[in-house]
Amino acid sequence: MPRITVTVDGIRYDEEVEPRLLLVHLLRDRLGRTGTPIGCDTGNCGACTVMLDGKSAKSCSVLAVQADGCDVVTIEGLATGDRWHPMQTAFHQEHALQCGYCTPGMIMAAIDLLAEDPDPSEEAIREGLEGNLCRCTGYCNIVRAVRRGAQAMNEASEVTTS
Amino acid sequence: MTEVGRARRRKEDARLVTGRTRWTDNIQLPGMLYVAFLRSPMAHARIIRVDTGAAAAQPGVVAVFSGRDFADEQGSLPCAWPVTEDLVVPDHPPMAVSEVRYVGEAVACVVATDRYKAADALSAIEIDYEPLPAVLDMTEALTEASPRVHEAGNKAFTWRFAGGDIEAAFDGAPVVVERTYVQQRLIPSAMEPRAVVATPDGEGFTVYSATQIPHILRVMLAMTTGIPEHRLRVVAPDVGGGFGSKLQVTAEEVLTLLITRRLGRPVKWTESRSEGNLTVHHGRDQLQRVAVAAELDGRIRGVKVDLLADMGAYLMLVTPGVPLLGAFMYNGIYKMDAYDFACTGVFTTKMPTDAYRGAGRPEATYALERLIDELAAEVGLDPLELRRRNWIKHEEFPYTTIAGLTYDSGNYEAATDRAMTLFGYDKLRAEQADRRDRRDPVQLGIGTSTYTEMCGLAPSRVLGSLAYGAGGWEHAGVRMLPTGKVEVVTGSTAHGQGHATAWSQIVADALGVPFDDVAVLHGDTAVASRGMDTYGSRSLTVGGIAVLQACEKVKEKARQVAAHMMEASADDVEYTAGAFRVRGTGTARTIQEIALAVFAAHDLPDGFEPALDADATYDPANFSFPHGTHLCAIEVDTETGASRIRSYVAVDDVGKVVNPLIVEGQVHGGLAQGIAQALFEEAVYDSEGNLLTTTMTDYLLPSAADLPEFVTDRTETPATSNPLGVKGVGEAGTIASTPAVVNAIVDALRPYGVHDVRMPCTPERVWRALNGGAA
Repeated sequence: MPRITVTVDGIRYDEEVEPRLLLVHLLRDRLGRTGTPIGCDTGNCGACTVMLDGKSAKSCSVLAVQADGCDVVTIEGLATGDRWHPMQTAFHQEHALQCGYCTPGMIMAAIDLLAEDPDPSEEAIREGLEGNLCRCTGYCNIVRAVRRGAQAMNEASEVTTS
Repeated sequence: MTEVGRARRRKEDARLVTGRTRWTDNIQLPGMLYVAFLRSPMAHARIIRVDTGAAAAQPGVVAVFSGRDFADEQGSLPCAWPVTEDLVVPDHPPMAVSEVRYVGEAVACVVATDRYKAADALSAIEIDYEPLPAVLDMTEALTEASPRVHEAGNKAFTWRFAGGDIEAAFDGAPVVVERTYVQQRLIPSAMEPRAVVATPDGEGFTVYSATQIPHILRVMLAMTTGIPEHRLRVVAPDVGGGFGSKLQVTAEEVLTLLITRRLGRPVKWTESRSEGNLTVHHGRDQLQRVAVAAELDGRIRGVKVDLLADMGAYLMLVTPGVPLLGAFMYNGIYKMDAYDFACTGVFTTKMPTDAYRGAGRPEATYALERLIDELAAEVGLDPLELRRRNWIKHEEFPYTTIAGLTYDSGNYEAATDRAMTLFGYDKLRAEQADRRDRRDPVQLGIGTSTYTEMCGLAPSRVLGSLAYGAGGWEHAGVRMLPTGKVEVVTGSTAHGQGHATAWSQIVADALGVPFDDVAVLHGDTAVASRGMDTYGSRSLTVGGIAVLQACEKVKEKARQVAAHMMEASADDVEYTAGAFRVRGTGTARTIQEIALAVFAAHDLPDGFEPALDADATYDPANFSFPHGTHLCAIEVDTETGASRIRSYVAVDDVGKVVNPLIVEGQVHGGLAQGIAQALFEEAVYDSEGNLLTTTMTDYLLPSAADLPEFVTDRTETPATSNPLGVKGVGEAGTIASTPAVVNAIVDALRPYGVHDVRMPCTPERVWRALNGGAA
C-alpha cells in the first residue's frame, strides 16, 4: 500500500493507505477529524469541503494519495485556540446555520471565495457558493454571514498591515 | 430584559461552526463492523434464488444475510396510522424475502470489517429475479385490468369527510371552476444522510440513529423485533436535518439492530446519497381534482376535493395519514357553506411516501390557493380582493370552520396589508399592465398565497378520533442543580431547530436564571425518558409549553421553601423580577439560594420532599393555526420559458415569538423548500419503475444562486390556546410559498390563454404551456 505524508490542521501524519481511499474517509475514519461530514457521493453538495494547500477542495472527490505532501485545513483547524475564525463568528452572528451539517463546507467555501474576491457582491456570493448546498436556511443568512465575514476579515487585514 | 422575544444567537452553534459535532456516522466503537445493503434493481419481481457464498468468502467479510435469514425475527415495519377500518396494510418485511416491490428495496446485506470491503462484496451476491409488472400510474392502478402490487389489490383505502350540503352549494351555482393539479413526488433531502449504529449494551442494546423520533423509534423497535423496550436505548445524536424524512421507522434501523443481536458486535450502516434518494421515504405525490362553486361576486359556496394519493409500495409509519392532514385545510382561511373531501390511497411499485415538511397541508394549500386564483380570473376580480371577500374577518375569531376546526385567532387583513405595502403591490400591478400592453417578451406575474395551516400536533383526543396510533402530548423535566444551574429535559428532539436556545430563553424568564445557566438535554431515551419527538411544527407549541409548566411546578415548590427561609407565609411570597419576594418588604430569595438550601435539606418546611425538580406533560387542547400572506413577483421570458423570482415577500403571523432570529430562519428555509417544489424538484421514475433522480446531479436542490433574497416580516396575533401565545412556524414557509410562485407564473401567462403549468415549472414546461403543448 502507498505511504503518504499529510499535514492536517497542523499535525503531520504518515499513513499507509489503499489507493482508492477517499481523502474524506482518511480524515474521518482514520484520523478522527469528524468535523468534516459527507453529504453526497457525486461532488454536488460540498459538505466535505476542506482547504487543500490553501484552496478549497471537496474531500470526497480527492483520493488520499492525491493529498500526499499536502497541507489540509478542516473546520476543526480554523480557530486559533479559543478564537474563532471571523467566518465562524459571522455564521453564528447571522444565524447562517440550522442543523449545521453543511456548515463546515460552507465556511470553507466562503473563505476560499473571499481569497479571490475580498469584497463580493450578493450576486457574487450566491454564484460563488453554488457548489455548496444547504437544505435548512434558504441561503439568505449565509449570504449575510459571508458579507459580514468579509468585512471582519478585511478589517483584520487592515489592522495587520498598518 | 426578558429573554423571551430576544434574538438570542444560538447556543447550539459553537460546536457546529467548529466541527465538534456528534453525527451518527462519527461513532466508532471497538470491534465495530460495517454493513452494506444490496438493493433491488427491479420495481417488481419475485426472488427466485439467492446465493451469498461467493460474497461470504471475500476478504474482511464477517457475514452475509438475505431476507430468508431474518424471516423469523424481522417482523413487519409498522404503520401507526390505520386511517380506516378496512385499510389494507401489506406485510412489510425490512428485508425482502420472496418479492420486491420497488427499486431500492433491501434484498441482502454484507457485514465486513470496513465500509469499503462491505461494499466490494455486494457485487458477489447472486440473486435471480422473476420479473413482475411494474405499477406506476395511480389512475391505471385502480382499474380492474391493472397488475397488482399486493394480492389484496392496489387500493389502500378511501377516506371521506364532509361539512354542509355540498350538492346545494354546487347545484345552480353561477360559477363553478374545476381543476386537476399534480403534486409531484419529492425527495426530502436532509443534508445528513441516514446512519445507524447498533451495539450490545449490557443486558440489551443501544441504537444510535439519525432520527427525528428516538422515543417513537424505541417503542416501534421493541414491538417489531420483540426485544423488550426496557432493554433498548435509542440515541439521536446531532441530526443533520429531517423535514419529516427522519420521522420513520426504517428497514435499516431494524436490520442493523438484528445484525448486532446476531453477531454480538457493534455494527454501523451509513447511507450514500444515491441510496438515500432511492430509499428515504418520498413526499407529496397526489393527483388532486378540485372544484369551487361561487356566486358572481366571488363569494364561495363550496369546495369539493377528490384525491388520489400515491402510497408507494407499502404503508410506512404515517403514510396513509399524510393526505388526511390536508383534509381539514382545503377550506383554508375562507368561509363557505359546504365542503366535501375524499381521498383514495393507491399502491404503486415505488418508494413509499410519507411525511415531508408540511405533510398534507402544502398539498391542500397549493390546490386551494391555485383554485382561488382561477376563480378570481373567472369572476374578473383581483386575487386579493376575492380573498378579502371570503376570508374570516379578524373580529370573527374564534371561528369554527366548515371542516370543523376552531381557529383560535388570526388577522388576515393585517398580514395582507403589511405584505402589500412591503411588496409594492399596486406599483407591480401597474408594471405588469404596462408589460402586457407593450407585449414585452418578458412578462411579469404576481402570485398571492393567503394561507393558514393546522400544526402543533396535536390534541391526543383528536389524533385518537383520526385513528392515529399514539398521542400528541409532550414531556419536559426541569432539574435544579445544587449550584443553581438548570438542566431541562425535553422529549422534543432537535435536529437544527434551536431547541436548546429557545428552551433556555423560556426557562431563564420562568425561573430567573441566566440564559447561559440552562442546559437542554434531549435525544437519548436514557436521559429524556418520555417524549413524542419532533414533527408537525409541534416543538414550541407543545414541548415548549411543557417546559414552561415544569418551571411553574418548580417555582411553586421554591415558593414554599422561600417562605420558610424568610419566615413568611407562602401566600405572601410572590415571584417577581426574577426572585421570590415577601410582598411589601425588601426580603427576597433567588432560585439559586433556594436550590442550594433544598440540596442541603437541613431546614425545609415539614413534609417537604427535598427536591425542586419537576416534570410536566402537556397535551394541547387545540392545534395551532399560523397564517400569513405571501406575495411573489416573477419574470417569465415568454420566448425561452425561463422564469426568475424578482421579489418575494412573506408576512407570517406565528403569534408570540420566543426568538425572532430562529423564526426568521425557519421561514427562510421553508420558503426555499416550497419554492423548490414550484420550480425545481421532482422525483422521476421511468416506465419500468427505475428512479432516474438518484443523485444530486439529477434531483435539483436549489443552491444560493437559484434563490432570491427574501423579504420577511411578521404580524403578531397571539394564540389563545396556550399560555405563551405561540404558534408553530416550522412548516409555514413551505406550505405558503409553492402556490405563491406558481400563481405568479400562471398570472404572467394568463394573457396567453394559459391557466396552469405543472410543477416543477421548468423552462421547458412553461415554454410548452405557452406553445399549446402539454404543460
